[in-house]
Amino acid sequence: MGVDLALIWAIIIAFGVMMYVIMDGFDLGIGILFPLADDDHDRDVMMNTVAPVWDGNETWLVLGGAGLLAAFPLAYAVILSAFYLPLILMLIGLVFRGVAFEFRFKATEEGRHWWDKAFTGGSIAAAFFQGVTLGAFIQGVPVSNGQYAGGPYDWITPFSMFTGVGLVIAYALLGCTWLIMKSEHALQTRMRELGVYLAWALFVVIVLLSGWTPLALPAIAERWFSLPNIFWFLPVPVLVVLAMFGLLRSLGSGAHVAPFLLTLALIFLSYSGLGISLWPNIIPPDISVWAAAGPDQSLGFALVGTLFIVPFILMYTAWAYWIFRGKVRRGDGYH
Amino acid sequence: MPDFDALLLARIQFGFTISFHIIFPALTIGLASYLAVLEGGWLYTRRQVYLDLYHFWLKIFAVAFGMGVVSGLVMAYQFGTNWSEFSRFAGSVTGPLLAYEVLTAFFLEAGFLGAMLFGLNRVGPGLHFMSTIAVAVGTLISSTWILASNSWMHTPQGYEIINGAVVPVNWLQVIFNPSFPYRLTHMVTAAFLSTALVVGSAAAWQLLQGRSNAAIRTMFSMAMWMIVCTAPLQLFIGDLHGLNTLKHQPAKIAAMEGNWENKPGEGVPLILFGIPDMAAETTRYKLEVPRLGSLILTHSLHGTIPALKDFAPEDRPNATIVFWTFRVMVGLGMLMILLGVVGLWLRRGRRLYESRAFLRFALAMGPAGLVAILAGWFTTEIGRQPWVVYGLMRTRDAVSAHGVGQLGFTLALFVVVYLVVFGAGTIYALRLIAVGPRTNEGDEPPDGGPGQSHHQMRPLSAAPDAPAGAGRTNPGVG
Repeated sequence: MGVDLALIWAIIIAFGVMMYVIMDGFDLGIGILFPLADDDHDRDVMMNTVAPVWDGNETWLVLGGAGLLAAFPLAYAVILSAFYLPLILMLIGLVFRGVAFEFRFKATEEGRHWWDKAFTGGSIAAAFFQGVTLGAFIQGVPVSNGQYAGGPYDWITPFSMFTGVGLVIAYALLGCTWLIMKSEHALQTRMRELGVYLAWALFVVIVLLSGWTPLALPAIAERWFSLPNIFWFLPVPVLVVLAMFGLLRSLGSGAHVAPFLLTLALIFLSYSGLGISLWPNIIPPDISVWAAAGPDQSLGFALVGTLFIVPFILMYTAWAYWIFRGKVRRGDGYH
Repeated sequence: MPDFDALLLARIQFGFTISFHIIFPALTIGLASYLAVLEGGWLYTRRQVYLDLYHFWLKIFAVAFGMGVVSGLVMAYQFGTNWSEFSRFAGSVTGPLLAYEVLTAFFLEAGFLGAMLFGLNRVGPGLHFMSTIAVAVGTLISSTWILASNSWMHTPQGYEIINGAVVPVNWLQVIFNPSFPYRLTHMVTAAFLSTALVVGSAAAWQLLQGRSNAAIRTMFSMAMWMIVCTAPLQLFIGDLHGLNTLKHQPAKIAAMEGNWENKPGEGVPLILFGIPDMAAETTRYKLEVPRLGSLILTHSLHGTIPALKDFAPEDRPNATIVFWTFRVMVGLGMLMILLGVVGLWLRRGRRLYESRAFLRFALAMGPAGLVAILAGWFTTEIGRQPWVVYGLMRTRDAVSAHGVGQLGFTLALFVVVYLVVFGAGTIYALRLIAVGPRTNEGDEPPDGGPGQSHHQMRPLSAAPDAPAGAGRTNPGVG
């Protein structure tokens, strides 16, 4: 054939997951920060900044799942059954925070606080268990005869708990800087102050992970520090420090959009570091994208549609963000 | 192979989560199209009732849609978490179909939902109408893909088995498999019919309360027209679907009929009532009409169809369940036809809105469509057992190797969470329905109280300060 379908699909899924992390990241982050709002008005504003777009953001997660099933059925089967409990708990979290968008505005005055709590609890649970799954995934999934060969609680490790907390912090920073962009007055000031703490927290998480990962996983250490990989890898920490510096400056300078963009840069850099650590394995430590790929007939068929349709999706998603652009104000009537 | 209890728990979990899920898409398929018709009607006639009804049903649509999204997300992952062997075996077929559903339907719905729910005064009526249509079309595209996938599992074709896994060789054959056209039309019609019953029931409630305005009468009338058209049509489609099933899954039909063996020269009776006993291989307490089964299923008095004993015991679906779920579905369908026909007859004397007995009947029939959908799905899904991919993979070979403890825990979690979340959602939806449509809702100024300003959408014609986007300046970058 000449076309490496497995490679293309690995890139598409990586792209889909990155879109998910960025887009659902900030709206999960808003849920995480929800209890810090001063009053119901501010909570309305926070929720209204994402109410028109959250469903589209979450669809990238469904695309990740569907794409994995379509292109790498073996990886889908192994990974999803290996991380059964954390994934189910993540889904339950997403159920609670997803319905809160509607229910909060339909509940009675007395009942509303329950959906505030569901929104926060669900967002934290979803973010935490995504991080846990990610950490356990990096640590590797034992496979024999094409089936998951580990135990039901293998995912509970100090490392995965740490990545869980780390992702909650990352999403909180995304949500925080998103709100700086979309809100004003007291709420925005508050988020600026909070952003500094969260930025430092995320920086600490990144530094610790960069040390812990190669220490705990020699295979990844070898990948990082061998030639010529180290030259590919070297710009990542340098750029992280630059982005961090820029982020702290922008938080102090009164900028509206820059903090969000620089947080995106930080997340993107961490994500690319992850990619360099794992490639070309889709089930670490040793099953590659080519070994896990489904038949060409499936990958080719799904690819035609994906390449044709994704540009349209990006266009109308951009349109959806465009029509709800600008600041969301207290008492705004549009929600 | 996992032990029996784990398999049963996994099946209950799937049945539970998908039964909850299916209700919401059924409503959103119907309501999205209804909303498109209402908005189109408003743009065309400029009659206020259509816009009032649009605002009213949009709120209920939003609640149902939110619940459909989150319960659907669970489904997309459950194939892997609970049925990993199935995914490994058949993911090469179901995966691309699901991917197409996400790409062509989920993104379309999600992309235009924001504009549909919150954007009337931002984008103007033309683009807003387009958004409503995009969401409605999205729901129909979504049904098409997922039913292609489901139908393929019932009547697989266009594949080869290589190295113990399915390899699709002809995608047109995969998608347009023999049961697909029947299942798709049956399900979409069911969604429209169920929605019409819910709308009619909501209107009947208002009329019974003595509240009668143009909007309420309009929605009652529209619902009754829809029912009288789609209920008989559904009977016809259902009959065709049944004949298609007889051809491809005769064991399912035998179980639905509760017919254990054919006696020479007697044709097939239609068993109206009875209790099929799987262990004793007989149907107890049966009340049957001779030869009517032959007439319905073979369109002759002497034709026979395979009976349950023609299949090995391990290949038989559970007749005790599907015999009854099938009868619940058909019985409710007959009541729907009756409702439609009586409504038509009452129009003659302009008594449609006055007959309290009829209004109570319409009120009671509100959930009938959704119950019939569940009964129908139980019939077709339990009726294809013991297969998950018919004739290719047995359900017991499809399940992930989780222990009873984990499955019991997650099942309990799903039951509690779904009852709380979807119970609350149902209460909120019913509360909105009980309030009823308000006149000129779109013209009310946003009151701005916390949590009170949901869905304020002023039509451009009535809002001189729109488009609102023009008034919002972005305070700049950096």
